[in-house]
Amino acid sequence: MYNEKVMDHFQNPRNVGEIQDADGVGEIGNARCGDIMKIFIKVKEGRIEDIKFFTFGCGAAIASSSALTEMVKGKSLEEALSVTNEDVARELGGLPSVKMHCSNLAADALHKAIEDYKSRCRN
Amino acid sequence: MAKRKVYLDHGATTPLRKEVLDEMMPYLTNSFGNPSSIHSFGREARVAVEKARQQVADAIGASPNEIIFTSGGTEADNMAIQGVARALSSRGKHIITSAIEHHAVLDACQSLEKEGFSLTYLPVDKYGLVQLKDLEKAIRPETILVTIMFANNEIGTVQDVAGIGKICRSRGVYFNTDAVQAIGQLDVNVQEQNIDLLSMSAHKFYGPKGIGVLYKRQGVKLKPIIFGGGQERKFRPGTEYVAGIVGMGKAIELAVAEMETKTAKMRELRDYFVAGLLEIGGVTLNGHPQQRLPNNVNVSIHNAEGEALLLNLDMEGVAASSGSACTSGSLEPSHVLRAIGLKHEVAHGSLRLTLGKDTEREDIDYTLKVLKPIVARLRKITGTLVRE
Repeated sequence: MYNEKVMDHFQNPRNVGEIQDADGVGEIGNARCGDIMKIFIKVKEGRIEDIKFFTFGCGAAIASSSALTEMVKGKSLEEALSVTNEDVARELGGLPSVKMHCSNLAADALHKAIEDYKSRCRN
Repeated sequence: MAKRKVYLDHGATTPLRKEVLDEMMPYLTNSFGNPSSIHSFGREARVAVEKARQQVADAIGASPNEIIFTSGGTEADNMAIQGVARALSSRGKHIITSAIEHHAVLDACQSLEKEGFSLTYLPVDKYGLVQLKDLEKAIRPETILVTIMFANNEIGTVQDVAGIGKICRSRGVYFNTDAVQAIGQLDVNVQEQNIDLLSMSAHKFYGPKGIGVLYKRQGVKLKPIIFGGGQERKFRPGTEYVAGIVGMGKAIELAVAEMETKTAKMRELRDYFVAGLLEIGGVTLNGHPQQRLPNNVNVSIHNAEGEALLLNLDMEGVAASSGSACTSGSLEPSHVLRAIGLKHEVAHGSLRLTLGKDTEREDIDYTLKVLKPIVARLRKITGTLVRE
């Protein structure tokens, strides 16, 4: 049901964990549908210097979180904001259609983390 | 411990027994006659079908003329529920069922609801048991059918079927029970338990897929829902699946003959397995601790998600199932786990492991050994996300 790339990210997820002194944190999903993601970012000179995640969810949820962190690490905030959930699915070589809406939320979580970072800067 | 293949999904289906296949083979090859034909080919097939009918009847304390062969459990459930509704709608349009039925029953009931029938879905306690006093209160003058499963397919809880049957009989209401998981694991006797209609499926007890039975007590009013010929006393027209029927007869005969010894062994292994799972920590048992199917283990592994658990177990050679949304084909976790009061996140971490007659202690030990690091790894990915 999942391709090799998805299974690789699921089995060996990159950047799992928490950044204690994160500059931005974003959480998305709910227990009802079974997928929750939390993304932590460290920002330096407008770039994502470090990114980590926690995910409670199925194989697609874990794999998409992992893939997203690899895609945006080192990128500028603008570049990171332009990454969509569909881009993550494409990077993974596709996800089963039933998973596209419930489990493929990592980019949304990242966008929330960036918003959080920006609102912290304003205050 | 070397890697091995461990099948712990016998609640989904069981392998076909060699002895059963041997009985079936002639009817897939040389003895291909249509039981409705009057020539020797047809008569030979007819004899085989009637022998199997007797075998099924003997297994549940019924008479052969009360056995209707169907394509499986789902069809039998539909025939019972929709058939009674069609036959008795002039008398009343109220049906009672439970919140934890298989979808074969729930969906059939919901289709009747759309046609104007009123349904009562009895709640269950935290173990999944229907309370008899709730049933007594729910029966109304216009109630025409009570349909409550014998044993639950997900959490294994076994209902007080005899108690339910007694109430229904005394109140003059038909009692239908989906006994798909019960055959070969529990004592089923339609007379002692006052059962009017009962569904079963051969592939759950080492028979072939695509064949089942509806038991209909003599005199129970039922209208057919399929039309087209005189087979199965017009209740289920269509040329009989002779090889399947023969296989089902043999499979049920063996299952009932071996039930005592096989279930004693499964009960012991089941309890050993549950104890091992609880030792992992953050694991809770779903369903009743004793009043459950001998082969059923269902636990929630907190802070880990069901599909992720299944994928990892599969990579280690262990086949299991889950009530998480991701595996149910919907966005919601299992209605059974929700009905026993589990929170969504706990329901999503459910794991069902159903033993078979040949499951050994080594299979359980292997499963426990590979499961521990999987749980630890998934919990690390979950981190601090789920707060209970």
